[in-house]
Amino acid sequence: MTQGLDQIFVTLQHWAVSHSPAAVQPAVSILLPVVGILIAFPALFAITTVLERKGLARIQNRYGPNRVGPFGLLQPMADAVKSLTKEDLVPRSADKLVHFLAPLLLVAAVFVEYAVVPVGRNMVLADMDCGVLFFFAAGAATEMSVFMAGWSSRNKYSLLGAMRAVAQMISYEAPLILSSIAVVMAAGSLSTVTIVEKQAGYSGFWPHWYVLTPWGLAGFVLFMIAATAESNRSPFDLPEGESEIIAGYLTEYSGFKFALFFLGEYLGMFAISALGITLFLGGWAAPFSFLTWVPSWIWFFGKLLVLIAVFIWVRGTLPRLRMDQLMNFAWKFMLPMTLMVIFSAGLWRFLPSGVLRWLICAAPIALLYVVLGRVLQTDRKIEKRVYRYAE
Amino acid sequence: MTAPFVILAILAIAGATAAMTLRKLVHCALALAVCFVGLAGLYLNLNAQFVGLVQILVYVGAVVILIVFAILLTRHDELPAQTSRTRIAGLGVSALVFALLAWAVTAGGAKFGAAGTQPEAAIKDIGSALMQRYVLPLEVVGLLLTAALIGAVVIAMEEKKSK
Amino acid sequence: MMTPLNGFLFISALLFAIGLGGALTRRSAILVLVGIELMLNAANLNFIAFWRYGPHPEALTGVLFVIFSIAIAAAEAAVGLALIQAVYRHAKTTDVNELDAMKG
Repeated sequence: MTQGLDQIFVTLQHWAVSHSPAAVQPAVSILLPVVGILIAFPALFAITTVLERKGLARIQNRYGPNRVGPFGLLQPMADAVKSLTKEDLVPRSADKLVHFLAPLLLVAAVFVEYAVVPVGRNMVLADMDCGVLFFFAAGAATEMSVFMAGWSSRNKYSLLGAMRAVAQMISYEAPLILSSIAVVMAAGSLSTVTIVEKQAGYSGFWPHWYVLTPWGLAGFVLFMIAATAESNRSPFDLPEGESEIIAGYLTEYSGFKFALFFLGEYLGMFAISALGITLFLGGWAAPFSFLTWVPSWIWFFGKLLVLIAVFIWVRGTLPRLRMDQLMNFAWKFMLPMTLMVIFSAGLWRFLPSGVLRWLICAAPIALLYVVLGRVLQTDRKIEKRVYRYAE
Repeated sequence: MTAPFVILAILAIAGATAAMTLRKLVHCALALAVCFVGLAGLYLNLNAQFVGLVQILVYVGAVVILIVFAILLTRHDELPAQTSRTRIAGLGVSALVFALLAWAVTAGGAKFGAAGTQPEAAIKDIGSALMQRYVLPLEVVGLLLTAALIGAVVIAMEEKKSK
Repeated sequence: MMTPLNGFLFISALLFAIGLGGALTRRSAILVLVGIELMLNAANLNFIAFWRYGPHPEALTGVLFVIFSIAIAAAEAAVGLALIQAVYRHAKTTDVNELDAMKG
């Protein structure tokens, strides 16, 4: 019974393939999971928008959307109708073709990322030999689309926002990839499926996830910080900081194209969280050995929802960074820390298991954290604020 | 000639041609990205999965972005086209080089090339080759990249008015 | 006769010629750099094609050469563009025809 529920989507796919004509069978077996991805994650996007608005509203001591449907739960429908019927404005001086291609490229690139994410047992579209690399390669296209959007709008705010976004995404890509490298090293594979398999198994009821090692914990925290920056979410939302540059590269987008950007950003956030789950949180595995009867895909989406809740919580809690703080944080703090995480992961591999291994592997990370905190603090002088006016 | 090969080849060549002929520099950079994606597709078509993905990650994700930044940080009034003499000379030289290469390919390239074997560049083999046989070049490249990183920052840094 | 290898070699030759033509005829220093990148990529395509169709593919020489070449091309692009930046700050142009003074 539980086995059947766990594999229900795989069984359905096999059933559909075996009942279709032989000529189209390969196409069907590929198209079905694609359609599944195209339905599941946009549906999650719709749920997340309403959850985010409700959650933020509660943090800010107000109600949030509560008019459409019971408790405002049908708000995404209203939003969809609104954005579809809005006028699609294109500035007269804009580069029409690039302006049109940018949102499409973003959404396409983000959907491609999902191809290597295992959402459940035997549920992955493409088990590639270098899946993690594929994910980051697809992510490279999102930077291009952001730049295209900002440049083609012919608007200073758009261009500034795009430059900020691209600089930020490049800077935080280094720690993001380096913290994944630690996991790749430990698992000995770039394939997402193999990485999940390596984390399967339990000691007693305790899982073998990488997040439960000292380097894995530090790596996971660094990964999620970099992921927040990569998906341009608060507190790293400088590219679209309303109080400074209106809406950054989104300024000249309206109607359906804006909705596409909105969709692309959220899907990017889900994708990168899904990669974090795959790398550090054991993918679709159950957190305790006595819970393995729950279907694997429920665990995956459960973990994803928890990470999304953390994203919303962070957004409601932290103020926006300044540009120089952002860059300093990436290059002076995140980068050395991730390098130390890689070193610690190497130590972990060659030491015999025990309490001592824990201490030895945690020590360099903690030491670097303290040292970096001290060093970065010293050149910060607190003095009376001087106001300068634009000339 | 399979269909994917033809499509990817056209993508790469069209991207390269556009990158070298369009008038707006940003358009050139975007066309260059298209060309690199086509090339990455060709690598994937040749069973070199790792190289194809690295091509996208490094070229589209970093080099094109760098070029775009360089374009935006330098002001460009539309540069007039090269004088026709230089232009004809340049095109002539490149046509000559192409003719020479094409002749060499048709004359000598068919020696091997029967698609008998299907080699795979498994990522494990690449890794062990990098760590064993090619470990010295790897270290040298690491050193070179560090030097280039520091050098690029120093060169591009605002010069202090020392005098 | 068109074997698959010949097809790839032709594409690579064409890419090289396009890159060379662009590097020789465009006036912007950035585009000259782009032309050089294209030529490098043409060479990379050659390496991969020969690795795929040549003898002893298990040695991975072609693949590893391209990996090193990509790393070095990235370094070259970074330094080259930084140089263009510095030159632009100094001469206020990136037109290679006007950058003819040895003395700053």
